[in-house]
Amino acid sequence: MQKVLVPLSINGECFEVAVKPHQTLLDTLRDTLDLTGTKHGCDLGDCGTCTIWVNGVPTLSCLTLVLEVVGKEITTVEGIAREGVPHPLQVAFDQCGAAQCGYCTPGFIMSGVALLKENPAPSLDEIKLALSGNLCRCTGYTKIIEAVQQAAGRMQEAQAHHANPCQGSQLASSQEV
Amino acid sequence: MAMDEREARRAQVLAERAARRAARADTAAPSEAKEDSAALGTAGKDEVKQSAPAAPVAPPESSVGEAPKPLATPSASAPETFRIIGKRNPKVDGMPKILGTARFTDDFKLPRMLFGKTLRSPHAHARILRIDTTAAAALPGVLAVITHHDVPRRYGIIPVSQDETALAADRVRYVGEPVAAVAAIDEETATRALRLITVEYEPLPTVMTIDQALEGTVLLHEDNKTGNILKQVQQSFGDVDQALAASDVVVEDTYFYEGNTHVPLETHACLASWDSEGRLELITTTQVPHYLQRELSKVLGVPQSRIRVIKPHFGAAYGGKSEPFSLEFCASVLARKTGRPVKFVYTREEVFLAHRGRHPARMWLRLGAKADGTLTGLDFKCWLDGGGYASFGVVTTYYTGVFHTLPYILPHFRWESTRLYTNKPPCGPKRGHGAIQPRFAFEIALDQLAEKLGMDPAALRLKNAVEQGHQTVNDFQVTSCGMKEAIHKVLELSGYHQKKGQLPKGKGIGIACSAYICGAGQPIYANDMPHSTVNVKLDRSGCATVFSGSADIGQGSNAMLAELVAEELGLTLADIKVVEADTDLTPVDLGSYSSRVTFMVGNAARRAARMLRDKVLQGAAQHLGVAVEDLEQVGERIQYVKNPVRGIPLLRAIAEAEARLGPLSASGSYKPPRLSTRLGGRGAGPSPAYTFTAQVAEVEVDSETGVVTVGKIWCVHDCGRALNPVVVEGQIEGSIYMGFGEAIFEAQRYYKNGLLVAPSILEYKLPTIFDTPELSAHYVETIDPDGPFGAKEAGEGPQLPTAPAIANAVFDATGIRFKANPMTPDVVLKGLEGRPAGRHARMV
Repeated sequence: MQKVLVPLSINGECFEVAVKPHQTLLDTLRDTLDLTGTKHGCDLGDCGTCTIWVNGVPTLSCLTLVLEVVGKEITTVEGIAREGVPHPLQVAFDQCGAAQCGYCTPGFIMSGVALLKENPAPSLDEIKLALSGNLCRCTGYTKIIEAVQQAAGRMQEAQAHHANPCQGSQLASSQEV
Repeated sequence: MAMDEREARRAQVLAERAARRAARADTAAPSEAKEDSAALGTAGKDEVKQSAPAAPVAPPESSVGEAPKPLATPSASAPETFRIIGKRNPKVDGMPKILGTARFTDDFKLPRMLFGKTLRSPHAHARILRIDTTAAAALPGVLAVITHHDVPRRYGIIPVSQDETALAADRVRYVGEPVAAVAAIDEETATRALRLITVEYEPLPTVMTIDQALEGTVLLHEDNKTGNILKQVQQSFGDVDQALAASDVVVEDTYFYEGNTHVPLETHACLASWDSEGRLELITTTQVPHYLQRELSKVLGVPQSRIRVIKPHFGAAYGGKSEPFSLEFCASVLARKTGRPVKFVYTREEVFLAHRGRHPARMWLRLGAKADGTLTGLDFKCWLDGGGYASFGVVTTYYTGVFHTLPYILPHFRWESTRLYTNKPPCGPKRGHGAIQPRFAFEIALDQLAEKLGMDPAALRLKNAVEQGHQTVNDFQVTSCGMKEAIHKVLELSGYHQKKGQLPKGKGIGIACSAYICGAGQPIYANDMPHSTVNVKLDRSGCATVFSGSADIGQGSNAMLAELVAEELGLTLADIKVVEADTDLTPVDLGSYSSRVTFMVGNAARRAARMLRDKVLQGAAQHLGVAVEDLEQVGERIQYVKNPVRGIPLLRAIAEAEARLGPLSASGSYKPPRLSTRLGGRGAGPSPAYTFTAQVAEVEVDSETGVVTVGKIWCVHDCGRALNPVVVEGQIEGSIYMGFGEAIFEAQRYYKNGLLVAPSILEYKLPTIFDTPELSAHYVETIDPDGPFGAKEAGEGPQLPTAPAIANAVFDATGIRFKANPMTPDVVLKGLEGRPAGRHARMV
């Protein structure tokens, strides 16, 4: 099968890649572009380890043809930290012990950050719903949920402080360890 | 003044200044000392050294000069105040995983890498008459095709049962067994090549159940002297028949524990390459780099010294990657044949077929007690449906029997277990290995006993629980024990007594307890060498590098190493680097199985770190001209015991130690003490320490749908000491989650023709975030005398009580006694429907 040359926009960077028409976005990210942060667990859309964003929406990259995302903005876990500064959810994962083997973690980060963008104060049920497409076999999900809750709390504090810098609340920095 | 008077005066002044400088140099930064010596008109560093008197100085109080000012920050208090141990530290290797920069096996690429694929048997049992690979080999883009002839040597993780080959020889024994393998330029070409391989099979009758295997008319391994029995073990202690006959109540029943599998998120993968000197480098998903290196050597016919096994970041396994697998041999052979690196990555379906998961277990027991609840004796029989090959099966067989003697006092005990060969993917070790199924039966039987006695199940357990110092009839020594403490705590946390028998219809609460090992007392192959060696080097910048053969499989062993070494050396976690699981760089560790790592590797690491710490103290003592006993390390200072405000920075002490005593490198080892092996089975069972767990589960059973909703599970686990509470809680939560999955959801089952019923995650049904109950993980600390800082284990023990606690809760909710798992809605409904007729559900 002939390869075609396509432009892709990933984490704000432009690439031109030669792909086969039936190639998945997951394989393109990992094998063609060496963006190995996104994992494959099943290639069938059952586990969520391949979760990335297409135009900001969490999507299973193993079920997405790369040709489908030409002209769309792709975000992978490599694009979540900004200039080397981890996202508050990533800091929370680290502090709460939410990553044991860590294989499912990039997928959870993608789903979790998307949730917090859209819903800064999610309830327990809303957290579970947003993360329901991501499987974890190590943690029993307990500390993953804690991490999302902790990050939500800290981000809200930071927002409040930003909105009213004169208030004496504790500023939660994403560089805090 | 006369010349000699001036000389004498000058000497005196110099001496006084030297003494003052010595006193100040203790607390001064090196640069300060330099300034002092500059005032004397000589070179900095040398002066500082020379100013330190060769002879021991008088104790600080009597030195000349001003008394030094007290430090602004107070020094650390009691020795038991740890800086790192016991704190909620983030894992040292956590952030790369969270950022996505951590490289797992499939994230590695080598130039000109080829892709490997495996052809698998469609038959559960068949003779291989002919394999024709010519068409496949001729496909453009295919570089090599191999069959059994290319890799004929047998292997097996357990030396007495080496019955496997990388590719099937003349017979296949389960659907999915590897038969041939190809290496091609890409995955797609490799997959197409598989279809071009023609294999002529002669199907044979299949053995699909324990009974068919026992019948023995169809044999899976013709050279096995005991038919389809891989292993049978019988042990007897005391007089069980007499004890049961003299009991006031006896429970006799049968139970069944369904098989299930690990489903780690990362599939098996490996990348093999050979260098120009004929040395193999294999990057692979293995829990046991050392054992794998040995088997590779044997099968490939290459000395171990020419084989490098590397385990990078690892996407979990829970026992599913603790032996050599076909892809590891095939990748190595194909890489050697083609002269190019070869990568294999199993598909999710292949992981289900590789299996090595929980053995289906049919169990029968008779358990007796006196009227006051004292257990009298246990007679136990077990049959394991083992699949087509041995895997760890010999060990599993022992584990189904030996652990009955904990956590309750059991004076009379007899057991017999039999592991059968069947035409299914081989079963092996899954978290709790062989102890999960018997614990399920026993803890339900205890509740049945409680029912007959009219006694509260929790009280029955408390009455019989072992204590520290107990020696079981099969020679297990309980060196530390928090069983009773854990039971009391879990009852309190869960409000058990306020709920038991008092919840509305359909809701129930149940309890179960267990004990587990901290590693096997014996290695898998017979030898007298240490089970673990850890090397630590301390460099001039004050960083320590820990070299350990242990395999971090997500359980946090790297974090454990860094924490122990940092604590011992007075460093921070940021100062520690961990190099793990690389047979070229790290000393031997037996691997991550049987919950041995914290106990054994931790002890080895602590010993190495202690040697370095002693060296550093010695260096400081020599530099200061005091006895080692006069100094202690507190935080990042070496200070005088009697006058803590005086000391030198740790960095300075390190430099002095290296200068005076040589390189700061140490090796620490651990080998378990001589534990009993009189009972054979390479002493399977005896362990240097045991953990104890108590769990309570609260459930709700929907009588219309049969759905069992587990609302919450409380667990209290005696882990010895929680080196890192976050990690320990995580292990407890993960264990409970897995036990819950096995109790309610998971089953690895086969159709009559041997096809796997659920070869995908969607069909297999493991608990999602919605399904998982609220998990309340707690621990008690009994500070084991032999564990590193008193730590034991938390990786497997906490799974044992979960399924029986749920089963006992379902009984409390419905009055139906389920003695099999998983308790899926159809099974529960059948049980509920049987109730009006007074029948208890029995699924054997």
